[in-house]
Amino acid sequence: MSLRDFLHMGGYAAYVWPSYLFTIAAIGWMVIAARRAHRRALEIARKRVVMEKSPS
Amino acid sequence: MWTWIHKFGSPPHFYRIAALLTPWFGWIAAILIATGLVWGLVFAPADYQQGDGFRILYVHAPSAWMSLFTYVVMALAAGIGLVWRIKVAHAVAASCAPIGVAFTASALVTGAVWGQKMWGTWWEWDPRLTSELILLFLYFGYMALRSAYDDPQRADRASAVLALVGVVNVPIIHYSVVWWNSLHQVASVAKIGRPSIAPEMLVPLILMFFGFNILFGAVLLTRVRGEVLLRERSADWIRALVAKS
Repeated sequence: MSLRDFLHMGGYAAYVWPSYLFTIAAIGWMVIAARRAHRRALEIARKRVVMEKSPS
Repeated sequence: MWTWIHKFGSPPHFYRIAALLTPWFGWIAAILIATGLVWGLVFAPADYQQGDGFRILYVHAPSAWMSLFTYVVMALAAGIGLVWRIKVAHAVAASCAPIGVAFTASALVTGAVWGQKMWGTWWEWDPRLTSELILLFLYFGYMALRSAYDDPQRADRASAVLALVGVVNVPIIHYSVVWWNSLHQVASVAKIGRPSIAPEMLVPLILMFFGFNILFGAVLLTRVRGEVLLRERSADWIRALVAKS
């Protein structure tokens, strides 16, 4: 099987590839958003601790 | 066993154990999904009716399964949080919703693309499709309800009730293809007895199912760690954690 045949997907390229791309994008977003949410929470916790140490 | 559960429910222990487990879950999931994708796209034989179009199955079915699984985990965690007032349980429930949105959106979009080719329509107000769309709105509604409260404890309780009420939709989605005349085919894998799918097509599908489940675990643990940090104001262990990082 050549690369061209593979990309052609037996005529279903316009359906198979967008499906895979969307799922990979959704999963990628899921991972990135979760890591971002955790980092943000850590940042908030850090600020809170700093504020506790130096009450203005 | 019970002391272990009790420990896991305590935020500092949960945070530490989750931090240790997450990279393992993440890498195992990445390997399973990568293998499943290549196997499904390259090595699995084409379907005798749908040709290579059937390969959408490998992203559609695991996404759809996870959209339901995530909801069940969310509702269970919300219920446990309501009854036993465990903080980590509420944090788990809150963390599930955005994950569920990603899986449900993936199931709906890949299903629409597949439907366009095989049924000649992107969308049909069909029992299976409609109930899955309702699932997406349940996740959105849950998140909107949470964000309406400033106090996380009130948000936890109100959203837990919504999560528990919405759980009736899960069996409706699952059995919609049996109860009503649906365009959607009935289950091929998750049925009593032997699955009606060729083994060389089944292996990559199983890899994808396990990969998605373990990835869910990794993403959930990451989100719950964040939620726990937000809920535990001014605890000693957070001070120690922040000082270290």
